[in-house]
Amino acid sequence: MNALWTATLITSFICFFLKLLGYSLPESILNRPVIQRINSLIPIALLSALVAVQTFGAEKSVVIDHRLVGVLVAAIALRFGANFPSMMFLAAIASAVTYNF
Amino acid sequence: MAMAREFLRQNGCVSLDEGSFNKRAVLRDSLAVAIPVGTYGAAFGAASIAAGFSVLQTCILSLLLFSGASQFAVVGVMGAGGSALSAIATGSLLGLRNGLYGMRMSPVLKLQGLKKIIGAQLTIDESTGVAIGQEVRGVNASRYGFWATGIGVYVFWNLFTLLGALGAQSIGDPSAWGLDAAVPAAFLGLVWPRLVDKKTKLIALSAIALALILIPIAPAGVPIIATVAIAIIVGWKKP
Repeated sequence: MNALWTATLITSFICFFLKLLGYSLPESILNRPVIQRINSLIPIALLSALVAVQTFGAEKSVVIDHRLVGVLVAAIALRFGANFPSMMFLAAIASAVTYNF
Repeated sequence: MAMAREFLRQNGCVSLDEGSFNKRAVLRDSLAVAIPVGTYGAAFGAASIAAGFSVLQTCILSLLLFSGASQFAVVGVMGAGGSALSAIATGSLLGLRNGLYGMRMSPVLKLQGLKKIIGAQLTIDESTGVAIGQEVRGVNASRYGFWATGIGVYVFWNLFTLLGALGAQSIGDPSAWGLDAAVPAAFLGLVWPRLVDKKTKLIALSAIALALILIPIAPAGVPIIATVAIAIIVGWKKP
């Protein structure tokens, strides 16, 4: 089994298990305020890091290239209330134009 | 949709005799969420192919993992050259919240056996959100909203994942089509609505800074997963 299959299947299994666990655990355990607070902040940290790595990362170096143009356009689109698909579409176009010319 | 309604009826999720809520209104709310969200599946399908996953792997992620942010994270980390372990850790941490949603929905849905398995798999941001939103209309409306939204997103998300994957597979160099920028844009779109105050924005900026510092010195994937420390440190103390 290669790494892609490992990541695909094991993450799927764990995430399903986490969902099922929610229906099986007594509420008192995960209802503690500190767990709730940390849990609400984890996606912000991880998603922000993913934005950074996917925008600037190239192997082991930090680079500025066409992707940054796309992401900046996405930020502007979000700032003006664009919905998800049109935001991604604009980001892709801006990046593709920069890449090709 | 007829299929979803039939499923709801057969499984007794909807008590037909208790017409205590406006089913049409709940269904409309559910589909208003399910259809647009489902179409984002095309973006995931394309991103997954661009990251080097096969069409089969891409579809399996949508069928079995079925949690947008986790799916994008798995293909994002692997696409950036990360190890399977980093991808699994990042995807799973993003999937933690579905467990909390399950705890929230458990007393409302009261599921057993196969319905618990199916209900758990459909427990995501959207189904939980609609169910909670419908609570003002009563517990039956809330249940109906959960199933209608969950099934709706599942069907459309998987359909559009396949279409996106097949589309991306046939176009060649992902960069020439802007797909490599669409992936970080997707993450930006996912985090954007969560940046509601100074604290959340500060966490986002710190996570970006930490990730950029770690890229040259840490193995791929680590710069992402390490930022969980920021969430723990900030979340630890009472606001």
